[in-house]
Amino acid sequence: MAVTDLAPIHRGFAKKRFKAFAIPAGILLYLTYAFFAFDIPGLAQRFRSDNAMIMISGAWSYKTHVTQDNRRGTTVAIEGERRATYEDDDWPEWVARDGASTAIALPRDQSVRFDPDAVRVTVPDYGTITVTNTDGVEVQTPDGTLPAWITASNTRADIRLDGGRVSVTRARSEVFRYFPGWELFFFTLSSPFHDMSWGQIAASAVSSEQIRPGMSNIAAMASDFWNNDMWRHKDVVWALFETLLMAFLGTIGAALISFPLAFLAARNFMPVAPARFGIRRVFDFVRGVDALIWTIILSRAFGPGPMTGALAILITDTGSFGKLFSESLENIDEKQVDGLRSTGANALQRGRFGVIPQVAPVILSQVLYFLESNTRGATVIGAMVGGGIGLLLTQAIQTQKDWENVAYYIVLIVLLVMAMDSLSGWLRRKLIRGDS
Amino acid sequence: MTDTIREDYLAAARRKRMYSGILLILFVAMLASGFDLAQSRNAGGFLSGLSRIFDFPGELLTEAFQKAGSIPGHMWNYLPSLIETINIAAVATLFGALIGGAMSLLATRGLARWPALIPVFRRLLDICRAVPEVVIALALIFAMGGGPVPAMVAIAFHTIGALGKLFSEVNENADLKPVEGLSSVGASWSQRMWLGILPQVAPNWLSYALLRFEINVRASAILGFVGAGGIGYELKNAISWGQGRFDAAASIFLLLFLTIIAIDQLSSRWRNSLIEGEHGRH
Repeated sequence: MAVTDLAPIHRGFAKKRFKAFAIPAGILLYLTYAFFAFDIPGLAQRFRSDNAMIMISGAWSYKTHVTQDNRRGTTVAIEGERRATYEDDDWPEWVARDGASTAIALPRDQSVRFDPDAVRVTVPDYGTITVTNTDGVEVQTPDGTLPAWITASNTRADIRLDGGRVSVTRARSEVFRYFPGWELFFFTLSSPFHDMSWGQIAASAVSSEQIRPGMSNIAAMASDFWNNDMWRHKDVVWALFETLLMAFLGTIGAALISFPLAFLAARNFMPVAPARFGIRRVFDFVRGVDALIWTIILSRAFGPGPMTGALAILITDTGSFGKLFSESLENIDEKQVDGLRSTGANALQRGRFGVIPQVAPVILSQVLYFLESNTRGATVIGAMVGGGIGLLLTQAIQTQKDWENVAYYIVLIVLLVMAMDSLSGWLRRKLIRGDS
Repeated sequence: MTDTIREDYLAAARRKRMYSGILLILFVAMLASGFDLAQSRNAGGFLSGLSRIFDFPGELLTEAFQKAGSIPGHMWNYLPSLIETINIAAVATLFGALIGGAMSLLATRGLARWPALIPVFRRLLDICRAVPEVVIALALIFAMGGGPVPAMVAIAFHTIGALGKLFSEVNENADLKPVEGLSSVGASWSQRMWLGILPQVAPNWLSYALLRFEINVRASAILGFVGAGGIGYELKNAISWGQGRFDAAASIFLLLFLTIIAIDQLSSRWRNSLIEGEHGRH
């Protein structure tokens, strides 16, 4: 008897052993298929390591361009932007005018001179490289051969140094010097606070001597920071607010619309089966059409902007909420409703005092959960409909050079979503505890 | 005596009603002004747009009916990009579940390999969860030049965070007795997790992973629209061709709709059977 009893157990073990082998093997097989379907072997060729380097170094550092142009003379500008050009009499201390020449100091005692006849690059332990561009670009190195860090052709020479880069073409010579950090994040060059150290800024904040007449120094600082036209802090805060607004309007609007409809889809409130069935299919349809398709349809009707984004969230979530709410309405305890009925309460009163107190905590906690996840979703929808921080983000990525702004926006988005996460978690805990 | 009690009660009830009334009015005012603000920053207004809302679906449907014969052919042509979209979601869910699962074990009190690092892993999961997919996808497209990999990495990154959190909630309810038994016979940490915890949590993990897969298919289609390949990208192209060629767009809409419904149905059936199996065993 004992022997016959053991057979199913053995079979069970064999089945388990087979599963323990078959599941990882299946996953491995699928990943192998995906490896070729996604063309991972070809990825190595497509991978643009230069782009990746630009992106990564752009996110945490910046470069200052010193440009000698045949037409405009010598200019010093952060990232080569016109808005961030130094005044001619106010160059940084590592760029100096020396008669008709310009001397540029780079890290590790390397230096570059823009002389009238040529560009001379001095590298310690190597010598001086002379680049002339009067009649085609020509490079002369101390030993006559070109090392790997210099690329030269008839029209262009490119010299990579430790803390910078030199590029010479026929029309212009440029030196890029790299610095860590986000340039002009607080004050642009036009602000009087730009040249000050943190200590000086703190001192001038408390001193009564007004740098900008008619305005306290703190107000001047706040206004210079707020109106910083390189980082556009005002627009960024506004865009974050717009993103939150989209999530808020969409989520709350969806909750308000689907709550009454959920009664029509719940078995215990809607006795007419075909009507119930119809409403449920409407919810399913709205959810199945998906946020992507709704967003496209709504953008066609309402044009780009935050309202379109809010409506897209609203429609999609109406389907999800309708399903969730009607399920929680079906799970209520009927005893409370019966008790109210015995006192002669009408349908509205039964709903108000018998049903809503039971479902409110569940519904509120679901709404908060959706509000949180929609804050993140509103970034993606904003990128499609052109509203909020998603729009700024896609614009910054499309320039392919403002990676420091991209990094800034990402940090802000992550902080915003995490803040919403903690806020909604805190409120949810409070609601659930308050009612139990 | 009873009169004063009743008076007090009624006064308190009135006050409460007044407070909730004021709150309600404030809330409605906030909603209305928020909507007004959103509308003022929108290209088109609400009412004028409302009358046009059925124009595009209408055009799409009339063209789809006129050229009903070409729809199956289009759907067949777009099948490979649909499969790519589903593959992106599936691989991302797989990686997200594997990495998120490992991280959830490391972030659960009582199970963690290095208890001191629990807050670190929790924060990491929070960050993964907070980053919107579109951010990573767009940055990687710049470095990798399109294709399904940027979208896959982006979705997987978010999935790690989302599933890691849910998984660690499941782990917290796991029975620790098998773990104690295994450690008494000298099992290593990975053996304790593999043999003691995973069999307990697997059905719930799988059910959450399936739900995530549904969400990821949608996300993958959206990322395609933003430029990461798959059916979303084809949809964007098909729409930009404009009137007269909307039959292609209509067939993509149909394909996407049917896929999402089918995946939702299949996964919810599978999830129900997992949960029922769970209850049956107890």
